[in-house]
Amino acid sequence: MTASTDETGAGPREATTGPTADAIRETCIAIRELDAWYGDIHALRSISLDIAYGEVIALIGPSGCGKTTLLRCLNRLNDEVEGARVAGSVRLDGQEIYARPVDPVALRARVGMVFQKPNPFPKSIYDNVAYGPRIHGLATDRAQLDDIVHVSLERVGLLKEVRDRLDEPGTDLSGGQQQRLCIARTIAVGPEVILMDEPCSALDPIATARIEDLIDELAEDYVIVIVTHSMQQAARVSSRVAYLNHGSLIEVGETNRIFTNPQHKLTEDYITGRIG
Amino acid sequence: MNMTTVVLLLSGVGIAAFYAGRSRALRLGGGIDAARHLHSLPGYYGYFVAIWATLPAAFVLLGWLLVRERLLIAWVVTGLPESIRELPPGQLDLLLNNVLNLAVLPDAVAADPVIAAATEHYRAAVEISQWSVAVAVGALAMLGTWLALRLVRPGFRARNRVEAVISRFLVAASSIAILTTIGIVLSVLFEALRFFEQVPLHEFLFGTSWSPQTAIRDDQVGSSGSFGIAPLLAGTLLITLISMLIALPIGLMSAVFTAEYSTSRIRGVVKPLLEVLAGIPTVVYGFFAVLSVAPWVRGLGEALGLDVASESALAAGLVMGVMIIPLISSLADDAIRAVPDSLREGATALGATRYETIVGIILPAAMPGIAGGVLLAVSRAIGETMIVVMAAGLAANLTANPLEAVTTVTVQIVTLLVGDQEFESAKTLAAFALGLMLFVITMLLNVLGLTFVRRYRERYE
Amino acid sequence: MSKIERRRRIEARLGGRHRRERWFRLLGITAVGLALSFLVLILANLVGEGASAFTQSKLDLPIRYEVTASPTGGAPDVRYPDVDYDALVLDALAGLLAVEPDRQMRRELRQLVSIDAGFVVRDSLGSAEQAPGARLTVTVPASSNVDMLVKGQLDRSLPAVQRPLSDRQIAWVDTLRDSGVLVRRFNTALFTNGDSREPELAGIRGAVVGSFYMLAVTLLLAFPIGVATAVYLEEFAPRNRWADVVEISINNLAAVPSIVFGLLGLAVFIDWLGFPRSAPLVGGFVLALLTLPVVIISSRAAIRGVPGSIREAALGVGASRMQVVMDHVLPLALPGVLTGTIIGMSRALGETAPLLMIGMVAFIVDVPTGLGDPATALPVQIYLWSDSPERAFAERTSAAILVLLGFLLLMNLLAVLIRRRVENK
Repeated sequence: MTASTDETGAGPREATTGPTADAIRETCIAIRELDAWYGDIHALRSISLDIAYGEVIALIGPSGCGKTTLLRCLNRLNDEVEGARVAGSVRLDGQEIYARPVDPVALRARVGMVFQKPNPFPKSIYDNVAYGPRIHGLATDRAQLDDIVHVSLERVGLLKEVRDRLDEPGTDLSGGQQQRLCIARTIAVGPEVILMDEPCSALDPIATARIEDLIDELAEDYVIVIVTHSMQQAARVSSRVAYLNHGSLIEVGETNRIFTNPQHKLTEDYITGRIG
Repeated sequence: MNMTTVVLLLSGVGIAAFYAGRSRALRLGGGIDAARHLHSLPGYYGYFVAIWATLPAAFVLLGWLLVRERLLIAWVVTGLPESIRELPPGQLDLLLNNVLNLAVLPDAVAADPVIAAATEHYRAAVEISQWSVAVAVGALAMLGTWLALRLVRPGFRARNRVEAVISRFLVAASSIAILTTIGIVLSVLFEALRFFEQVPLHEFLFGTSWSPQTAIRDDQVGSSGSFGIAPLLAGTLLITLISMLIALPIGLMSAVFTAEYSTSRIRGVVKPLLEVLAGIPTVVYGFFAVLSVAPWVRGLGEALGLDVASESALAAGLVMGVMIIPLISSLADDAIRAVPDSLREGATALGATRYETIVGIILPAAMPGIAGGVLLAVSRAIGETMIVVMAAGLAANLTANPLEAVTTVTVQIVTLLVGDQEFESAKTLAAFALGLMLFVITMLLNVLGLTFVRRYRERYE
Repeated sequence: MSKIERRRRIEARLGGRHRRERWFRLLGITAVGLALSFLVLILANLVGEGASAFTQSKLDLPIRYEVTASPTGGAPDVRYPDVDYDALVLDALAGLLAVEPDRQMRRELRQLVSIDAGFVVRDSLGSAEQAPGARLTVTVPASSNVDMLVKGQLDRSLPAVQRPLSDRQIAWVDTLRDSGVLVRRFNTALFTNGDSREPELAGIRGAVVGSFYMLAVTLLLAFPIGVATAVYLEEFAPRNRWADVVEISINNLAAVPSIVFGLLGLAVFIDWLGFPRSAPLVGGFVLALLTLPVVIISSRAAIRGVPGSIREAALGVGASRMQVVMDHVLPLALPGVLTGTIIGMSRALGETAPLLMIGMVAFIVDVPTGLGDPATALPVQIYLWSDSPERAFAERTSAAILVLLGFLLLMNLLAVLIRRRVENK
């Protein structure tokens, strides 16, 4: 654990992060020298990265570079994978999430996640959204729960589409609607961070555009970490981009800067399409 | 001529025919260069001739074997004097049995001249028929070989012909499964219909007393027996219920553990051990029930001041439950593992504990598969025979008390058909009526269960 | 809802949620533990009960052999027609115990050895070509009551009337045991004899041979027909109604109670076609029909597992569909097909109920020598013995079960080995 690192994020930066303008923002997630293994496979190598409140950060890089692994370290979802190991430090709001007293169950209520393929539960639309609040006991009565469900669905723009069929299975919705339902399900718990693992890779262009608009809206209230294969998408939705290759963080910086003036040869090769 | 000899000779002819066909093809095709002029590979010509040499002959042989017994007996009967032929069927059967038993002993001579003559008659018939069949088979084999060899020419499409035969064989083989089903239905249905001629259907279905003691002699009166299946159904359901009360929770929770909690290493140990439990023959479970469980249940009951029958439904049900645990756990394990990981991760990422994920998401999602498995398990319990034959009783009590002795449908089928029996009596035919009922009930459960399992599998594929 | 309030609510419930989680997990472990302890319980019970049946008490009797008549030649049973071999046994016993037996005592002495003892003596004397007057030590089996006493399964403290052996007989047994005449040896009879009413003479050879014949018939029928059906359904069958009917039929047959197959066998093979009762041939037919669905289902899975690219490659170089299947698909699917067949055969080996229907429950002493001979099968023998009231049959039942489980274990090991060899490739 790298206890010496400055937790506010205002201190000296790691060499790879480079000088950025957003140093004044408050740090939400501070990752320090994070390593991860799946069995013998060394999936992440000494990653250090700060993610600030109010930003959308995109993780890009070739397949198998560790983007998804990094994402799954932030809500400790890798704990559930047999043979997965993590070393290093991840602090959320200054609190070490891999420390013993931290309960991953409570952590995941604060760090929500949206997956590559929409995965609504085989339950009604209402129950899909109500699932999180129910298990965490967020609503004291039915009216409160109704309220949470409606607000969450409204927030993702799904309420007007499904208002009359909240009892129908969530799996009957179209792909794009399903993914928005999954986002509604996540924000119903009231997280501070939303992790998105290639949320549009299974969707058509129109649905993708809707999700991207939604990400823009959500960025006002949530820290969003998005893994994406598409550099265009990274350019459209993110304020900063982190480029990973072979489990190492190669470069991180403001989106415009990374795409126009990459500092690192590997990054340049990737964004120009020479590798990937 | 011994049957084995005939089969061996026929195989020999087949092999010879193969080489004859192949070498003829090679010769006509022009020796080493043959492959270029022949339509098919040389071996196919060999197979073609071999098929013609053996197949028709084998069919004749098989047909003969199927009708042999009946023909020979009919032959013997026609040779009997008029007075004996008109005996009642039972006595005639006895006499024929006598003849058949004598005929296989080399030097036995019966005291009764009629039987002695019939025995001689039978022996002669066996001798003649065996020789004539052997000659017929031999002639057919030769004829087939000759005809097939004449057809072998370079342009002859031997491969297509051989493949056509194989293809017929494949179709024929696949129809065996259907034939078996039809055979089961017909054989139990016919006998059951004959049973319902003697005992009305409504009495069978709605009668509340079962005591199939029928008259031993035809002139006995007032002992036609009663054939109400209610006590059998009640007993069967009671034991099935007890077994499911054991197997369902243990099997389901085992499946939850192996599928959701255990590491792959533990799973690799537990699953094969459960398969061992599934592989134990039911007769072994039955013996275990009699030897250990029944006395234990009885002792426990006595310690609690309860009156427990020595062949209690509880003991049989407990052991059957243990037998069914691996069936439920393996089907439930399949169903749970078929639930996509994305649902598991979706719930976990929302902050659900494993318990909440399993009970709230995974089990409901796997429910159709699990329900199908349970239906198959119930069908298995209803049809299970050895455990109940050994551990449950014969007493047809109409009771819901698990401490009493009950009997089941399968126990009664076994009891009615094991030992001496006359084929025409209501008692014997009743077994087939019970068999029909058993088949229909289990088939409904099976088809329903299999449909659930399959639909469910398709949903997540 | 404020962030603080939300966190407070979540934290408040965490303890209870984790407690429920631990209980649930414990429940799972308990269930597995219970299932496995049943397995251990059954096996331990059988071993505990059956182990003693692999030994048998035997007596080494010094037979004094005085024959006045000259041998007539020929087989042992006719060579000395006048000799009372049972008397020779009794004399030897009386000599060992130093008693002058009266009638009652002779009867009690007689009960110490198997009723077969005289025949054993006759056979070993006849084959030994001894000079008259010589002494020869012959090992004869003790009676089952004596055997039970030696194995400690007979309660000595019971009042004499409730015991099958009298006080005097028990004292004799102790004397014989102390003098080394009565010893426990490996129970060869269990493996070399057919069934018998006398426990000490009963063996499983007839049943094992009967099972072997039946399985041979089953294998010869179920394997080719099963594989052919699987090939047809996977490679050739058009996707139509007929294929659906076959499919449903097979899946249903796999779950039809085995006793129903027995009814089919009784009605079709015995009643209609007139095949002999109790014959391994009919048993094999019935078990083949019973095993067929298992073979078909596993063969289909194995054939489906052969990659489609292999088929396309072979078709691409001009092979016919049949050649593709015979030369490429089947050889690759063979290990899976074999594994499935072995599993089906092991199920057939343990099957009992349908055999009861076709008359294989008869008491048969002779070891069958052909497919048409009356025979029984190992599981049926177990069922028959389990029904016997004698204590000595209980341990033999367990021993027979252990032998049956041994065979099943071997078959499954074979299946595992085949599977492993394929996985290593």
